[in-house]
Formats: sequence, C-alpha cells, structure tokens
Amino acid sequence: MPETAPATAPLIHARGLRKCFGAFTAVDGVDFDVAPGEAFGFLGPNGAGKTSTMRMIGTVSPVTSGTLTVFGLDPARHGAKIRTRLGVVPQADTLDNELSVLENLLIYGRYFDLSWAESRRRAIELLEFVQLTDRANDKVEPLSGGMKRRLVIARSLINEPSLLLLDEPTTGLDPQARHLLWDRLYRLKQRGVTLCLTTHYMDEAEQLCDRLVVMDRAKIVAEGSPRQLIEKYVTKEVLELRFPRAEGEADDSAHLDGQLDGLAERIEQLPDRVLVYTADGEAAVATAFERGLRPASVLVRRSTLEDVFLRLTGRSLIE
Amino acid sequence: MLALRTYRPLPLTRPARIVQRNMLVYRHSFMVIFSGFFEPLFYLFSMGFGVGALIGNVPLGNGSSVSYAVFIAPALLASSSMNGAIYETSNNFFYKLKHAKIYDAIIATPMSLTDVARGEVMWALMRGSLYAVGFIVVVAVLGLAGLGLLTSPLGLLAFPAAMVVGYAFAGAGMAATTFVRQWRDFDYMQLAIMPMFLFSGTFYPIDAYPPALQAFVQCTPLYRGVHLIRALTTGTPDATLLIDLAYLIALGSIGLAITSRRLGKLLQS
Ligand SMILES: Nc1ncnc2c1ncn2[C@@H]1O[C@H](COP(=O)(O)OP(=O)(O)O)[C@@H](O)[C@H]1O
Ligand SMILES: [Mg+2]
Repeated sequence: MPETAPATAPLIHARGLRKCFGAFTAVDGVDFDVAPGEAFGFLGPNGAGKTSTMRMIGTVSPVTSGTLTVFGLDPARHGAKIRTRLGVVPQADTLDNELSVLENLLIYGRYFDLSWAESRRRAIELLEFVQLTDRANDKVEPLSGGMKRRLVIARSLINEPSLLLLDEPTTGLDPQARHLLWDRLYRLKQRGVTLCLTTHYMDEAEQLCDRLVVMDRAKIVAEGSPRQLIEKYVTKEVLELRFPRAEGEADDSAHLDGQLDGLAERIEQLPDRVLVYTADGEAAVATAFERGLRPASVLVRRSTLEDVFLRLTGRSLIE
Repeated sequence: MLALRTYRPLPLTRPARIVQRNMLVYRHSFMVIFSGFFEPLFYLFSMGFGVGALIGNVPLGNGSSVSYAVFIAPALLASSSMNGAIYETSNNFFYKLKHAKIYDAIIATPMSLTDVARGEVMWALMRGSLYAVGFIVVVAVLGLAGLGLLTSPLGLLAFPAAMVVGYAFAGAGMAATTFVRQWRDFDYMQLAIMPMFLFSGTFYPIDAYPPALQAFVQCTPLYRGVHLIRALTTGTPDATLLIDLAYLIALGSIGLAITSRRLGKLLQS
C-alpha cells in the first residue's frame, strides 16, 4: 500500500463493512466514503450501529469483514499511524478525572509524541478556542456537561488532526451548550478539518452535515445532503394535525378512519398526531376543514430529516 | 498530500508517558507515595531487633550463621518490592482500567496496549524502587549490613535484585487484575500474598518444613526473590541465583504479555 494517496482520494473508504459481536450483527455491510474537507454524518436512532462504525474507523475495534481504509491505510495493520492524524470525541466523555483541565490536554499531547513545550502551547490555545481558559487549573469532575464536552473536543484537537470523529457530540446538552459546540465545529470545518459525526438529532445533522447517511438497524438506508434527502423522500411541507381523543380510544386519531384519504400523497398516523405530506400545507388545511374535520391543533411546517427517517423506517428517530 | 511521517520511538519512550501521567497525578499528593515506605522498617524493628534478641543467630545453608536481623532484612526488602508492585498493579490499575477508564482515551492515540502495560509496570517499579532505596539506606545507616550489604560488593546488587522481584510481581499482578470483575475479588489476591509473605523463608529457613512442602515453597515467586536477595546481602551466592533470575524475569514478562492481550479484549471489543 502506498504511503501517500492523491488529494481526491477519500479519507475514509468503506465497502461491505461489517461488525459482529458474537452472533449479533451491529453493522451489516455498509458502504460509504468521506472526502477531504466535508462534514459527513451518520443519522440514526439508538442501537443503529453508529458507535460501532465510529470505533472501527478509530481503529479501536477490529473490523469483522469487508473493506475499511482510513487515510488510505488498513486499520488492522497501521492503527497507530492512523491514530496519529485522527481526532476522536467518543460518545462518553473519557476525561482523566485525576488530572486538572490543563493537565488533561498536556498529557494527551504527550501521548501523541509532542514535546511538553509544544503540548503546552497547543493546550493553552485550545482552551481559548473552547472557552475554558479560566478553568485551566480546575479539576474535571465539577465541570458542567457542556464544558466537559468542549474539553474533550479540545483534547481531540491537540494533535492537529485532519479528520475529526465525533460520536454524538451534543447528546444530553442543553440548547445553549449545543449551539456553542456547533459554532466551534463549524469553525473547524472552515479551517479545513474533515468532520465525521454521528447523531440522532435531525437538527444537528441539518446544521452540521454537508452529506449524511441514514442508518437503521445496522444498515444504511439512504444517503445524500440533508436537502437532497428531504426532496427525495418527503414533500416540501408537512401538515400536522392533532385531534381530541374520543372516549375509550387508545390513539387520538383512531376514529378518523378513511376521512383523510386522498387529502395528500402520503399520510402518516402517529399515536398523538397525523402527519400530512403535501406540497401545499395551507391548501390541505382548507380541504380538511371542507371535509368537516375539526382538529384540536393545526401546524404547517417544512419537512425535516425526522420526516425522512419516518418515511424510510416507519419509526421516529427518538423513541 | 497525505505524507505520513514514520515516527519510531524507542521501546520505552511511549511507556514512559504513562509514568509521566501518574507523576502528574501524584504531584498533588506526593506524601501518599511514602505510605509503603515504613511497613518493612516496622517489621525490621519489631521482628529483627525485638524477636531477634530472643533468637540469637540463624544458620545459613553454608555452615555460617548471621544475626536474626541480618537474616530477615533481605526478605523484607523482597517483600516490600512485592507489596509495592502489587499495590500499584491491583487496586490502582483496576481503578484506572474499570472506573476512571483512562485507557479508553489513551488507546485513541498512537499509544499501543503494550505501551500501556509496560508503562504501568515501569511506574510500579519506580514506586517499588523508591521503597527499596529507602530501606537499604536505613539498613545501612543502622550498620546492620556487616555481613554483606555494604562490605561485600555483591550487596550493592540487592537493589537491582529488588527491581527484578518488583518486575515479576508487577507483571503477574497486572495480568491477574485484568481478570478481576469487582473490588471484592482482590480479597482472593490477598489470600495468595499474605501466606507467601509469612511462609516463603522470610522469617525462618524453610528447612523447618517436610521435604514436599519445601519443594512447593521453592516454587513460589517470593521464595525465589528472598533467596536471590539474601544470597547477595549475606555474600553467599551460587549458581541457583540464575534460577531465581530466570524465574522472576519470565514471570514478569509472561504477565506483561498476558496483560497486553487482555487489555485488547477489554478495551477493543
Ligand atoms: N461490545 C458490544 N458487545 C455486544 N453488543 C454490542 C457491543 N457494542 C454495541 N453492541 C450492540 O450493537 C448495537 C449497535 O450499537 P451501537 O453501535 O452502540 O449503536 P448506536 O451508536 O447507533 O446507538 C446495539 O444493539 C448494541 O447493543
Ligand atoms: Mg452510539
């Protein structure tokens, strides 16, 4: 295998990639490529196989079968070489609680063969970047969830990686903390860092990803930019109708049977609401009222990746 | 564009970073390190001087005899190396592996599993050798070493020999710890350590045992360590020291190899 690859070659290349734990298949023959400079995402619910995929890319989990190369190298044979150029933000914060904030970065730089001086220089710069300078000498434990996440991101950048793997970067954070993180990731992307992330938040995928794959039950079920996916699998607008629950019914909309037929090209009845996929939401509202339907609430919104996921799998992303 | 620089560190360069990490941790609570320093000294004073006054001299195998304190001092040195190594590689290593999970982050860097295992053994050895040096200095100051520790040039080898004992127990202890599931399991480890400390020719010659038991005791690692260091400090070396050395180095190395493999299983599923 050559030591260098042409600039256009994908940073990550996977074909028929599988991961099994005993008899259980967590990743079932997925194909994808991540090009230099792009922000690529895996969108899928819990248990879809996102973390298993990321760990194989990070060379900390052996590939069961199929092809995987990172920077054109085989993870099984060139793990250390790949990791030298990789930044990893794992799903669970794996900070060193016995060390201070600054020390966490310093020693991590040492693990990447940086000198103490160089490690310190980068650590101070990175603390600035993630707005933790004033906590430099604090212990890690008392930091908030958002701060810990930012510290993990700073740590993942200590080796100036050209590819950053982020496994659910903002899960469990409040909206403000999430927006701060998104902003930092966006800046990294502008600096040319390739991002490869997983998420089960459709808004995160839409915010951050140039291109994504939708993953469900160990398989990739669709691929494209957020906009392409929406155009391909759902209509431009969605009309959400909620109906008052009739006596003795499990579902709010169970008594509607048939009344919505033909209202739009696709109708999805969920336990708590009805989704009407249509190019023109307002027109669909008018038709519904003409038919004598009296929903308790009416909402017309643009379609999202959540709708794409529902369309592809019949389930919602977050159960 | 993707020119991947090939950096080849020396075999102990990356393991040393685990040592540096541990030094950062202990920088804040340095006195804790000295906790293990006093135990062998307490034994030396109570048993060596106290009980020793009642006992008189102890015969060595070669016809000569030494005072009781001189007899047990090398055994206490070996035990203190064992304890230092076991302490670091049992509780402390388990905490880092299963609770703090620091290795999960470390394996995402160019550090290998072997680097991690070697680094922790290096650290355990450094901690153990601190105790060994302290013990040897106190013994020398007390003038107890009349029969070899200072007068015979061989006595100087007691220190590296103590390191070899530490290496054996660090490797074995760490390998054992990778099989531990909960804190309670360490009680079983103590169940092996405690009798070894008491019965391995530490406090009396093993001639006291029936032949079958003697043969069994001679197969324990602490007996080999005591035998090795005592021969050096009393100036009575013979060819069996090579058996001690080979045994102890093999035990440490096999322990290290098992640890690397087990870490792979535990961390890289
Ligand atoms: N080490 C493991 N051993 C056995 N099963 C695992 C292991 N890791 C993950 N799994 C299983 O594989 C499936 C996919 O998990 P994961 O990759 O973590 O999904 P996601 O990150 O998308 O939530 C889950 O059903 C999970 O229980
Ligand atoms: Mg996951």
